[in-house]
Amino acid sequence: MECILGIRFNDFILLAADTIDSRSIVVMKHDVDKFFPLSKNLLMAVCGESGDTTQFSEYIAKNVHLYKMKNDYELSPRASANFTRRMLADSLRSRERYNVNLLMAGYDEVEKKAELYYMDYLASMMELPYCAHGYGSYFVLGCLDAYYKPDMSVANGYELLKRCIAEISKRFSINLPTFSVKLIDKDGIHDQEPIHARQLVI
Amino acid sequence: MSYNGGGVVAMKGKECVAIASDLRFGIQLQTIGLDFDKIFQAGPKLYVGFPGLATDTQTVHQRLKFRTNLYELRENRKVSPKVYASMVGNLLYEHRFGPYFVEPVVAGLDANNQPYICAFDLIGCANAPDDFVVAGTCEEQMYGMCESLWKPDLGPEELFEVISQALVNACDRDAISGWGARVYVIEKDKVTVRNVRTRMD
Repeated sequence: MECILGIRFNDFILLAADTIDSRSIVVMKHDVDKFFPLSKNLLMAVCGESGDTTQFSEYIAKNVHLYKMKNDYELSPRASANFTRRMLADSLRSRERYNVNLLMAGYDEVEKKAELYYMDYLASMMELPYCAHGYGSYFVLGCLDAYYKPDMSVANGYELLKRCIAEISKRFSINLPTFSVKLIDKDGIHDQEPIHARQLVI
Repeated sequence: MSYNGGGVVAMKGKECVAIASDLRFGIQLQTIGLDFDKIFQAGPKLYVGFPGLATDTQTVHQRLKFRTNLYELRENRKVSPKVYASMVGNLLYEHRFGPYFVEPVVAGLDANNQPYICAFDLIGCANAPDDFVVAGTCEEQMYGMCESLWKPDLGPEELFEVISQALVNACDRDAISGWGARVYVIEKDKVTVRNVRTRMD
């Protein structure tokens, strides 16, 4: 019942994730942070099986950090995404697979562009302009097909994100009251104002 | 095999081959991406397509690239289509009791610029006929289209028309294939890549 979404614009990416941790019909926690920073310009949003999310994300984050320590330069977003995909694919056909869906957003300082990678729990990976995981994806992808433009400003991008979340709040039967939002650009990862469903005009 | 959907077709022509795939990346009935080409280059005149489960498309391509890289380092030459096809079959049969859910299609020109095409099932049974091979969720539709349109000794331009029509019309009749197509025509001196429009639904 979780939802994470990401939109990639020309020079930045916006990632949003809901903040609910629920088991069956009970909401356990209202302020969960589903984001895991991997490096200065690389952020991962994860959803899926509860323990797997943290374990897998920390494993990837530590390995990305290890590469930097060993080699003195960082893994590019594309390399990190491919590394993550490899880890997920290897675990798929092993004794116990990691059941995580993730979005990885990064700004490549060498190529000077923003990249957003979608990866599902089977380790299929695609670089996309916008994507979402969870039931929320059924509602936002159509919205984004209609209103997305790659050259939007940060303010307009944030409005687009609000429109998507308004759509989820209006039409999805599970209550996701808050979405935390992060912006990734050449200067790093920045927290944005969380989006509260009850403040949106629906 | 029908979790992600997709289709690949390859045809022989006169001193040329063509291989084409659709571009949809979807999860069951939801379309996620529109640029998921299932065809990869394995040599200067050798291409391979992996329709089937998307994660295995990517994994098998990467594992095969590893093996061909080692081959090329050891043998100091590029891999030929027949040998490459044999490597594909070998990789798949190694996982006989836990297979990769892809049905590869190999298309290329050998050293004498003779066309070679080959298709495999998910456990590596090779099939290298003289006319065309198809694989994917719209297999049956593609068989029908290819059987009606293909003739022996088609030139590169005609081969492009025939393979495009075959793929496009087959994908249009399959809900989980389509959203655009990419066609590679491999001739002795060049490879032409073209994007073809299908029904975008």
